[in-house]
Amino acid sequence: MRNTAMNMVHKLAARDERVLYIGSDPGAGTLRAMSKEFPKRHLIEGISEAHIIGMSAGLAMEGFVPYVNTIATFLTRRCYEQVAVDLCLHNLPVRLIANGGGLVYAPLGPTHQAIEDIAIMRALPNMTVICPCDADEAARMMEQTLDWKGPIYIRLGKGGDAIVSKAEHGFEIGKAILMRPPGDVLMVTTGIMLQRALAAADLLAAQGIRAGILHMHTVKPLDTAALLQAIRGTRLVATLEEHVPSGGLGSAVAEALIDKLGSGFPAMLRLSLPDRFMHNYGSQDSLLKKHGLSAGAIATSIEHALAASHTPSPQLHST
Amino acid sequence: MRRLVLGSVRSAGRGHVGPALSLIEMVRVLYDDVLRIDPKNPGDPDRDRAILSKGHGCLALYALLADRGFFPLSELDGFCGPDSILGGHPEYGMVPGVEASTGALGHGLSIGVGLALAARMRERSYRTFVLLGDGEINEGSVWEAAMGAAKHGLDNLVALIDYNKLQSYGPTDYVLPLEPLADKWRSFGFAVQEVNGHDVGALRTVLKQLPAVAGKPAAIICHTVKGKGLPAAESNADWHHKNKLTDSELDAIRVAVGDF
Repeated sequence: MRNTAMNMVHKLAARDERVLYIGSDPGAGTLRAMSKEFPKRHLIEGISEAHIIGMSAGLAMEGFVPYVNTIATFLTRRCYEQVAVDLCLHNLPVRLIANGGGLVYAPLGPTHQAIEDIAIMRALPNMTVICPCDADEAARMMEQTLDWKGPIYIRLGKGGDAIVSKAEHGFEIGKAILMRPPGDVLMVTTGIMLQRALAAADLLAAQGIRAGILHMHTVKPLDTAALLQAIRGTRLVATLEEHVPSGGLGSAVAEALIDKLGSGFPAMLRLSLPDRFMHNYGSQDSLLKKHGLSAGAIATSIEHALAASHTPSPQLHST
Repeated sequence: MRRLVLGSVRSAGRGHVGPALSLIEMVRVLYDDVLRIDPKNPGDPDRDRAILSKGHGCLALYALLADRGFFPLSELDGFCGPDSILGGHPEYGMVPGVEASTGALGHGLSIGVGLALAARMRERSYRTFVLLGDGEINEGSVWEAAMGAAKHGLDNLVALIDYNKLQSYGPTDYVLPLEPLADKWRSFGFAVQEVNGHDVGALRTVLKQLPAVAGKPAAIICHTVKGKGLPAAESNADWHHKNKLTDSELDAIRVAVGDF
C-alpha cells in the first residue's frame, strides 16, 4: 500500500506541476525515480515535522499541492498544532501520507504505533481522514486527492495487505462502499480491518448468520447516508477498528446514529484496541489477535452480541 | 501609530500593549518603505509577503494596515469586539493585508520558508518577511525553520526579530537565555545584521539593502524597548498583556499620548 501510494505521488506529479513530495527523513531511495525526474519537486526536509507542516502550508498558499510523508505518529502527535493551525485553520490542500497507521510498527513499540491518530485528526475542523484497505484502493484514492479542497490525512497500512477492494467499487472521498449486503449484523470497517471483516463474515455465514460489511474508507466526512441505509433491518451494528476506543470509527458511527436517529437504532458493538499503549511487540497481526481483532475473535464477539441482543433489556423498577 | 494602538487598547479595555509598542517603527518602515504592496489589491500575486509571526503584536499591524487603507480606521475601535474583524491575534481571511493566521508562536518562519521556496520554484520576484518575537524563538520549530531556510539558500526570505528582551514572565535572559543571539542565527546560515529597532533611518538602510548576502536568508535583529512610547509600560512585563485597565493605567495612556 505504501509503495503504491508513493508511486502515485510520482504519477500525479507527472500529470500536474502543482504536486510536491515532501519527506522528513524517509527510507533510503524513497521515490528515487521521482527525485530524478522532478528533482525540484522531491523535497527531503529533515526530522523537523513541525517545520515541514508549516512550510507545506506556505507552499500550498502559493498554489502547490504538497504530499507530506513520514511515520504516522510523527505526522500527528509531533506537529499537531501545525496541522491544526497552519493546515486546518487555513484550510489548505496539503496531503499527509502517514506510514504505518495502527499497529504496523508493532515491533518498534508504542512510540511508533499510531493508535489514536484517527481521533485526533478527525477532531480538527476542515480535516478529511481516509484509511484505504489495500494497495489497489490506495491507488484509486490517490487519484481523488489532487483537487480536494482542504487537508487530508491518509492512514496507510503496511503493504502486502490482501487485495480485497474491487475496481468496480470505484473510490469517492466520503462515499462508503457496501462490500456485503446487510444481514443480521452490519460490520462497519475502515482500513485493513476490512480483510478481517470479510473473513469474519465467512465464519458467521457458516453459523447461519448473515453479515453485511460497509467499508468506511473515509472516516471524515462520514458517509452517514450510506450508514443509515445499511443498518435497515439489521439487529446489530459492529464497528471494527485498529484504534483506541475513543474518537475513532466506532465513535464516529455512534455519533452519527445518535445525531441522526436519536433512538431506535440497532444494538451496537464497538470492537477496537483497548484504551492503553501497547507494550507487546511481535507483529501487527499478533497484536490484533491479542486484542480480539482477528477474524475468529470478531465472529465470536458478534455471535455473543447477537445472542445478548435477544435477551430482553433489564427493566428498571422504582423502589 | 502609537496613538492608534493605545486607542484600540482603550476601546477594548485589553490588548497586548508592550509587544505592539516595540514593533511600531519596524512595521512602519517595512510596510511604508520596503514592501511592494497595494492596499487596493491585497491579493496581487507579485506583492511582497509579510507575516507577523508574533501574532500577539497585532495591534501595531492593525494600526499600520488601517493607516495604509487596507481597512477603515474605524475598525480599530472594535478591537476584540464580537463582530470585529480584528481579534487578539490576526486572522487570514478576516483582515485584509494579513497573510497568515498567527498567534500560536513558532509557526511563521516555516510558513515563510514555504512562501519563499514557492517564489524560487515559480521564478517569482516577491520577497517574504517574517516578524518574530524574541520570546517566540524559544520555540524549537523556529530553529527547524532556520535550518530549512539556510538549506535552500533563501535569500528572498528575511527574519526580523523584535528583540525587546522581555517576554511574558520577565527578562528573556531569565526565562530562556538567547545570547549569543546574533551568533546563533549566523551559525544557522543566516546573514545577520543588528539595528536599533526604533531608529527609522537605520531600519530603512538595512531593509533597503537586501539580500544582505546572496544565497543566504537574512536575520535582522532589531533591538527594541518593550512598551516603547508609553513610559509606564516601557521594559515592564506587567504591560505585556492587559485584559482590564485600571484608572491609573488609563491615566498613564492619556498622559503619554494626550487625550484622543
